[in-house]
Amino acid sequence: MIAEYGLFALIMALITACGLTAIPMWASFAGNGAGMNAARPLAAANFTFVAISFALLTTAFLQDDFSLVVVANNSNSLLPAFYKFSAVWGNHEGSMLLWILVLCAWTFAVALFSADLPQIMYARVLSVMGAIGVGFIGFSLFTSNPFARNLPDVPLDGKDLNPLLQDPGLIIHPPVLYMGYVGFSVAFAFAIAALLGGRLDAAWARWSRPWTNAAWAFLTLGIMLGSWWAYYELGWGGWWFWDPVENASFMPWLAGTALVHSLAVTEKRGVFKSWTVLLAIASFSLSLLGTFLVRSGVLTSVHAFAADPERGMYILVFLLVVVGGSLVLYALRAPAVNSGIRNAWLSRETLLLFNNVVFLVATLTVLFGTLFPLLMDALGQGKYSVGPPYFNAVFVPLMALLVPVMGIGPFTRWREDRAKRWMHPAWVSAVSALIAGALLPFLGQGFNVWVALSVLLAVWIIAGLWTDLRLKKAGSHAWWPVLRRQSASYWGMMFAHLGFAMCIISVTVVTQWNVEKDLRMSPGQTADLAGYRFEFHGASAITGPNFRGDEGVVTVTVDGRRVAELRPQKRQYVASGQIMTEAAIDAGFTRDLYVAMGEALGQDGAWSVRLHYKPLVRWMWIGATLIGFGGFITLLDRRYRRVSVAARQSPEELAHA
Amino acid sequence: MRFCASLFLWWLTLPVGAVIETYEFSRPELEVRYHQLVEELRCPKCQNQTIADSNAPISEDLRRRLYEELEAGRSDDEIVQGMVKRYGEFVRYNPSTEGATRWLWLAPWLFLGLGTLAMIGVTVRRNRSVETPRDYASDIAELLEETKE
Repeated sequence: MIAEYGLFALIMALITACGLTAIPMWASFAGNGAGMNAARPLAAANFTFVAISFALLTTAFLQDDFSLVVVANNSNSLLPAFYKFSAVWGNHEGSMLLWILVLCAWTFAVALFSADLPQIMYARVLSVMGAIGVGFIGFSLFTSNPFARNLPDVPLDGKDLNPLLQDPGLIIHPPVLYMGYVGFSVAFAFAIAALLGGRLDAAWARWSRPWTNAAWAFLTLGIMLGSWWAYYELGWGGWWFWDPVENASFMPWLAGTALVHSLAVTEKRGVFKSWTVLLAIASFSLSLLGTFLVRSGVLTSVHAFAADPERGMYILVFLLVVVGGSLVLYALRAPAVNSGIRNAWLSRETLLLFNNVVFLVATLTVLFGTLFPLLMDALGQGKYSVGPPYFNAVFVPLMALLVPVMGIGPFTRWREDRAKRWMHPAWVSAVSALIAGALLPFLGQGFNVWVALSVLLAVWIIAGLWTDLRLKKAGSHAWWPVLRRQSASYWGMMFAHLGFAMCIISVTVVTQWNVEKDLRMSPGQTADLAGYRFEFHGASAITGPNFRGDEGVVTVTVDGRRVAELRPQKRQYVASGQIMTEAAIDAGFTRDLYVAMGEALGQDGAWSVRLHYKPLVRWMWIGATLIGFGGFITLLDRRYRRVSVAARQSPEELAHA
Repeated sequence: MRFCASLFLWWLTLPVGAVIETYEFSRPELEVRYHQLVEELRCPKCQNQTIADSNAPISEDLRRRLYEELEAGRSDDEIVQGMVKRYGEFVRYNPSTEGATRWLWLAPWLFLGLGTLAMIGVTVRRNRSVETPRDYASDIAELLEETKE
């Protein structure tokens, strides 16, 4: 019965979502206060029903109810309990339900925390969120029902969760990623509500900014977790593959990064409003496009999509309605007039505009590269591949373009600045960047032009942040009061830019100085790699809860001193028969040592083994975490709380009361 | 189908596990080129994998061929061209700078050019616009509009 209750709750969720879409929106145009006030309880009811539905699906997984198709296909009685839990979203239907849960959670959060918005705005934002909910709950119910039954032939046991996904990383990666991916729907809803009301102003930017920053921060962490998971779980030591599925989550991030910066300008200066709205629409549309690419099967081949188009068509139509509808609304309502606010060539506005240009170009490039093979295939022009060599070649220079501007952006004034004011410290940072670039590579493997360049760029960014603090301190004697005066938004920016600098160094160093060796090792044999001596002690059989396999032992020494003992595994899962490589990693702040086992070779206990030395690889995830963390810090800004109080007496509320 | 595989069910077609082979090269620079080329060639039969990552028999063949051609002294270009002749453009992850794929290489710089022009246009206009009491200008405009309504 549990599954039927779950299905019933999902149907109720669809009904409440329809109500949430229609009633407050109608009321906002009819001036019906009671109707607008219904938005909050409807959002609460919607969230409750989806949560019940999700909880019941989870129960079915935990109870091994193999009469459900998804449970039978993605779980097994031997699976450890916490993986049964994460198996809920380790499949299409269940992950769609997670997606819906996250969407409704965001909707409910807006209902709770933005209650101080003007009533009309509040009703419309929630109504737009409700409409998105209708789209996705409908998708789940009509094309991907997670509660479908296997009756009457109930299998005795399930086919098991894909071993790749039997990992702690999978427990947290999808929810965090979805929080970001779906979170852009809030920015979208604010943009649409503002367009409907014809009121795009600084207040609107201030309301939607914390939501956008939060979604962006989640997306950053989600992508970071995915990259980390791929690194240790897939067994070949890569961390970013420019795979279409990765690009699907990366495009909204790129557009979202532009949005986060452009919102800052709109809030502070009341300019770039139409542009910011367009970016909010674009970020969410790219999330939807990613969903379409990934769920429709179109990536496998255009023809596979044409053969079984149900799911793909649903999302495609939904995507076209959302994008088309919002662009029409945009064309009708976006203010075209110049706001009459001046800014000079040298001003923070111009620098942030440059940021937007670069991120937009990066987004379009990734989009074009991802869609190119699909377009050519659909047009019958033959099959093409666009992969990492292409994306790296175009993406890296684009990101490098950002750096010169990042080094002066933090201390450039709004509206108009004179370079004379900061010329001196800027020279100091330029020179220190040059010196650091020339010297620091010697801490590693010696001079390397790419590493030098990356250090130069990173130090230029960091020196720019430092210069800003110095300029802010000018005149006062103590640091503490100066530091305390800075807003949470400011510290968020500092952390995020610092994280970006770390990522630049890490990506370059690990690409340039990574040492990788594939070799045959018999027990007792040693191999030297970047100053480390790896000794293979042979492999022995192991048994896990739902797998059997071999575990090798490799000790690592430096000059006879023991550094690490690594135990890579080769597993075969019982239910599916799949083979998995479990790499063993000795993680460190300055380097990772990575060992993976290939195949047993011959009778003497020899194995093919892959050894990696990966300098500074961890800085990438630390850097990305700092970026996401910076996004979260901005939420603490007092400004957002104070504004919500001020909004209560704002003119629009009086006018519409 | 690697990192978001979790979300998207793509892994169904994915053979898991690192490919670890131990070719012995006569010269170390050949090994460097080998590692570069296996990352640029796509397994013709797989979902979305380089021949470096794929366990499929065809990838094994291609790696062996690559190894032999490198040892035979062929240049990178000759090797890639040979592969393209046999398997089509599909086999190269690094698209050619000629033919239809040249647009891939041009597009980012076209986008950047357009973006920069737009940025210059906007800033020229803003730089010229008459100073109104800043920060309040938009609010005043909106208040005026509201009174009109």
